[in-house]
Amino acid sequence: MELVCPAGNLPSLKAAVDNGADAVYIGFRDDTNARHFAGLNFNDKRAIDGIKYAHANGVKVFVAINTYPQPSGWPRWQAAVDKAAGLGINALILADIGVMDYATKKWPKLRLHLSVQGSATNDAAIRFYHEHFNIRRAVLPRVLSLNQVRQVAEHSPVPLEVFGFGSLCVMVEGRCLLSSYVTGRSPNTFGACSPANAVQWQETDAGMETRLNGVLIDRYEKDEPAGYPTLCKGRFQACGNTYYAIEEPTSLNTLALLPELQAMGIEAIKIEGRQRSPAYVARVAQVWRAALDACAGDPASYQPQENWLTELAKVSEGSQTTLGAYHRPWQ
Amino acid sequence: MKNNIPKLSLGPVPYYWARETLLNFYKQISDTPVDIVYLGETVCSKRRSLKHAEWLKLAAQLQAAGKEVVLSTLTLLEAGSELGSLKRLCEQQDFLVEANDMSAVQFLSGKRAFVTGPAVNIYNSGSLFVLAGLGLKRWTLPVELSRDTLADIQANRPDDIETEVLVFGRLPLAYSARCFTARAHNLPKDDCQFRCLDYPDGMLMSTRENEPFLVLNGIQTQSARTLNLVSELENLRQLGVDVLRVSPQSAHTDSIIRIFHHCLHKNCDTDEAAAELAGFMPVGPCNGYWYGDAGMDSRQELAVQESLS
Repeated sequence: MELVCPAGNLPSLKAAVDNGADAVYIGFRDDTNARHFAGLNFNDKRAIDGIKYAHANGVKVFVAINTYPQPSGWPRWQAAVDKAAGLGINALILADIGVMDYATKKWPKLRLHLSVQGSATNDAAIRFYHEHFNIRRAVLPRVLSLNQVRQVAEHSPVPLEVFGFGSLCVMVEGRCLLSSYVTGRSPNTFGACSPANAVQWQETDAGMETRLNGVLIDRYEKDEPAGYPTLCKGRFQACGNTYYAIEEPTSLNTLALLPELQAMGIEAIKIEGRQRSPAYVARVAQVWRAALDACAGDPASYQPQENWLTELAKVSEGSQTTLGAYHRPWQ
Repeated sequence: MKNNIPKLSLGPVPYYWARETLLNFYKQISDTPVDIVYLGETVCSKRRSLKHAEWLKLAAQLQAAGKEVVLSTLTLLEAGSELGSLKRLCEQQDFLVEANDMSAVQFLSGKRAFVTGPAVNIYNSGSLFVLAGLGLKRWTLPVELSRDTLADIQANRPDDIETEVLVFGRLPLAYSARCFTARAHNLPKDDCQFRCLDYPDGMLMSTRENEPFLVLNGIQTQSARTLNLVSELENLRQLGVDVLRVSPQSAHTDSIIRIFHHCLHKNCDTDEAAAELAGFMPVGPCNGYWYGDAGMDSRQELAVQESLS
C-alpha cells in the first residue's frame, strides 16, 4: 500500500519525502483546496521546488483542487487545474463535477483521483466518476465500517485510498455545511472548517470559553486543556445531558487494521494534516512507513508496535485515538 | 428569462414518523394547494414505517389527487443492501426520482429523466451542464449557496432545466455514519431501539448557555432555526426559479403551504406572512445563506432589532 502524506508547505513536503512517503499531496494558496489556511500551501516557486525535490527522490506529488467553485470564482479553479497540469504532477485530487469535466476535456492525459470531498461512499457513486471522468482512484470518506470498506473495494471500478491517521471528520465529507451555518464559510465553499477568523477564546469566571462566530462551542475548567473550537467537537446539551454530542476531540488511527486493509486490496493509505507542522509530518510518516513495511513483509504476524502508538499519541488531537467508523460500535 | 409563478413543492419527511402519522400527514397534504410532493426515506434505511409497495401506493393516491409525485432516495448509502433498494427505486417506471447521492445519479443517468435534491453538489453551471446531458430535469440549489450564486447559475443554465430552491424548513446540514440520536441515549447504532420515533421534529441540541443550536435527527444534523424566504418570493420569481420547496415538520405544514401559495398567487404583505410563519417555527427563523452570510443569521430579525433600538 502506498503511503500518501500531507504537505502544507515545503519543509513538510521534505519531511514527508525524507521519512518514507510514497506520495505527498499539496494545495495552492487559495480557496481551491480544502486546507485554505493563512500562511499554508504552495505558491508557484515553492510548488516547482517541492515537485522537483519529491520527484528526485522517487516520490509522487498529488495536487488537491477539492473544493466546489461557484460561478464567480470559477476562473481560479480553472487556473489551478491548468497550473497543476503544467507542473508535471502525478495526479489531481478533485471533487467537483464541473472541475472534473474541465480537467478531462482540457488535459485528457492527466491522472485524476476522486477526493474525499467528492463524498462517494459506495461503488455506484465511484462508477459515475469513473465512467464520465476516468478517475483512477477514489478516496473514501471516513464514515464506513471495515466491512463496508471491503464491500466497496470488492465492487469498485478503481482502486481505493483510505484514511489511516489524523483528524477525524465524523460527518461525510463534501456534504457537511455546519461550518458555513455558523461562520458563512465551509470546506466546500472556502476550503476551511471552523475558520480561525471566526474563533474567540475568552477567560471567564466559569472557565475558558471557546466560541465560533459567537456560538459557545465549549467551556473548560481551570485544569482542563482547552481545544480548538472545531464545531462538531465541542460539548453541547441534548436530552438533558451536557456531553460531546457529536464527537470527542480525538484522532483517527487505523494502525491495527493494516493487514485487513492490505488483504482487501486497498491501494493507498492517506495521512491527514496539511495544516500540521513538519515535525508532525516527519513523525507520522516515519511510524507509518515502518508499519506498512512490517505489514507488507509478514501480515500474519503484524502487530502495531508499542513505540509507534506512543509516537502517534503525542501528535493526536486530545491525545486520544480511535478506529472511528471502521469500528462498528463507534457508530 | 422565464417569469412564471413558481410551483410549490413539499420535500420528503426528514424525520421518523410512525406509519399512521405519515399516512394522516399525507392525507392532509393532498388537500393543500402544493403542486409537487417528494416521498420516501432520505435519512436512515432502518426507518421503515412504509414498505416500498406502500410508498408507491401512497404516491399513486397523491397523483390521483392531482399532485406531481417524485420518489426521493436515501442520501448517505453505506451498505450493499441500501444500494439494492436504491436500484429498485431507480428502476421503477411510474414516478420521477429525486437523486440525493451520486449513486442514484449513476443508476438514472442516460436512462430516464431525474431530479437532484439539495445534497447533490451542484455549485456551478459546469456541473449543471454535465448532469443535464445525462437526463437531469430539475436541480435543487444546495442550501449553503447564496442569491448571488443562484443568479449566476440561472444566467447560464442549460435549456429546459428547472431550478428548485428550499424556501421554508430546518436546513439539512450534515450526514454521518454515527447516529446521534442513539448516542444521546447511550445506545449503539445497531440497537437504536428506533428512538427517532420519539422526536417528530428531531432532538434539539443547545449550547452550554442554552442557546438552541442544531437538531439531531438520527445520522442527519439540521439547523435548529427554520429557513424562511417568504420575503424573497419576488426575487425568486425574477430569478426564474421554477419550484419553491417547503420541508415538512410535525405541525402546521399545511398552513405553511397555504401561506406560501397565497403569497405567490395573490398580493400579500410578506411582513405579515413572515410574522405568521414565525409562529410555526420550533425555535426561530434564519435566512443568512441567501445573503451570503452565516446560515444561522437572520436579516429580518436584525432589521426588526435595529428598528426597535
